[in-house]
Amino acid sequence: MAKSNKPIFWSLFAAGGTLAAFLAPVLALLFLMLSLGHAPDLLSYAKLHAFAAHWFGKLFLIGVITLFLWHAAHRLRVTCFDFGLRKDSVVAIVVYLVAGIGTIVTALSLLRI
Amino acid sequence: MTQLKKRMVQLEVLRYDPEKDKEPRFQKYTVECNEEWVVLDALTAVKETIDPTLNFRWSCHMAVCGSCGMMVNGEPKLSCHAFLRSYEGVIRVEPLANFPIERDLVTVADDFIDKLKRVKPYLIPKEKKSIAEGEYKQTPAQLMKYRQFSMCINCMLCYAACPEYGLQPKFIGPAAITLAHRYNQDSRDGGRDERQEVIATNEGVWECSFVGACSEVCPKAVDPASALQQVKVASTIDWFKEHLLPGGAK
Amino acid sequence: MSRKPFVREVSKTGWYLKHPRYMRYMSREVTCIPIGAFALLLVCAVERLAQGQQAWDSFVAALTGPWSFLGMAVILAFSTYNATNWFNVTPKAMPVQTGEDFLDGKYIVGAHYAVWAIATLVVLFFAGVL
Repeated sequence: MAKSNKPIFWSLFAAGGTLAAFLAPVLALLFLMLSLGHAPDLLSYAKLHAFAAHWFGKLFLIGVITLFLWHAAHRLRVTCFDFGLRKDSVVAIVVYLVAGIGTIVTALSLLRI
Repeated sequence: MTQLKKRMVQLEVLRYDPEKDKEPRFQKYTVECNEEWVVLDALTAVKETIDPTLNFRWSCHMAVCGSCGMMVNGEPKLSCHAFLRSYEGVIRVEPLANFPIERDLVTVADDFIDKLKRVKPYLIPKEKKSIAEGEYKQTPAQLMKYRQFSMCINCMLCYAACPEYGLQPKFIGPAAITLAHRYNQDSRDGGRDERQEVIATNEGVWECSFVGACSEVCPKAVDPASALQQVKVASTIDWFKEHLLPGGAK
Repeated sequence: MSRKPFVREVSKTGWYLKHPRYMRYMSREVTCIPIGAFALLLVCAVERLAQGQQAWDSFVAALTGPWSFLGMAVILAFSTYNATNWFNVTPKAMPVQTGEDFLDGKYIVGAHYAVWAIATLVVLFFAGVL
């Protein structure tokens, strides 16, 4: 049987999972505060726009969002199989397409800031 | 001499006679056991005193041969390693999960043996040496790189525990891939490329989703889950080298 | 003597219900759903940010309220669960060998928790919360 091409997706999953482990909780906390009407300074238009305008902010945002997307996509692919959704190739195309579109939209948005 | 305490044990054993039964059925036995006994002893007592038609594999009775794997109350165990004192009430005994039942508690292990052969679980020396040239030397540190994974007794409890093997029988499985890793990690070995052709496939390590059940049930603390994750990391590095470096350098 | 091996069927959709070990595995795996949803939310956030002040403000307004709070709480809970699980298994995937011994997993796990704490504090500081 031919060698798998899963490594590329798995490495994105692993990198994304590590980043999500470190950053997702605190980022979720920021949005939790926002939902209560106490948005942190960084989530104000002025501050966030300034952050995204800076090269570091762009790098941070594209990095975090891309890796979160591809981590979730690959894990969802495996989870669907575990739940009995066995058409793996179909599920793979759907999840990676969504991750891909998310990545492109984020990149295009950041280029406009 | 101390009196050995006795205990009446109730077993509910999954029976299957391929010549008579359409499907397996449970049969209850009540047998007198010593308190210190293991499930294997209880089954032996049943066979010797109640029902000689009961079939089950066993050999060493000390958790080194890997013959007596079966499900005890739904958990993969070596029956010689499952102490009666750990159980209350009726003890349910079934053949090892995820393998076809041959007869009673005897499973068809062919699939595992076949996969074991495919991963070439033997030393393929980096450099062939004649006897005159002397031994292959290895430092203790080099030994430690693979020693844990060499403790596998091929008992197949990990295959019974692995849900991905249950869902996808083509999966090469924890023990076989761990043994491939054991040899890949051996400083004397040069067969990694050959083994990668087998385990770096979708049916190989990439079927694993790190459930970790294999390591939880392993009676020899081999930690196959760890081995498989290490294989994933190594295979991923390979993949990037092959696809990104000019000429697919290794 | 005839052989007629019997194959026991495994439920493709309900196998994980059969053992707490599998339930723990599935609860770890489904963290990808809130995390994925959060990622998609961030995609929208950046998009709205690029559209300008008004777009961003209405985005924030839409995210204010009890349902949003519930959603973020779920994301916070699941991403935290993912984090603790992730750190605990890292030594398995990348064992560190020092000479003849292996570094005790607890140091690798401990280091991850330390980085997690530092990263959290740094972000909170940078966000103006601390």
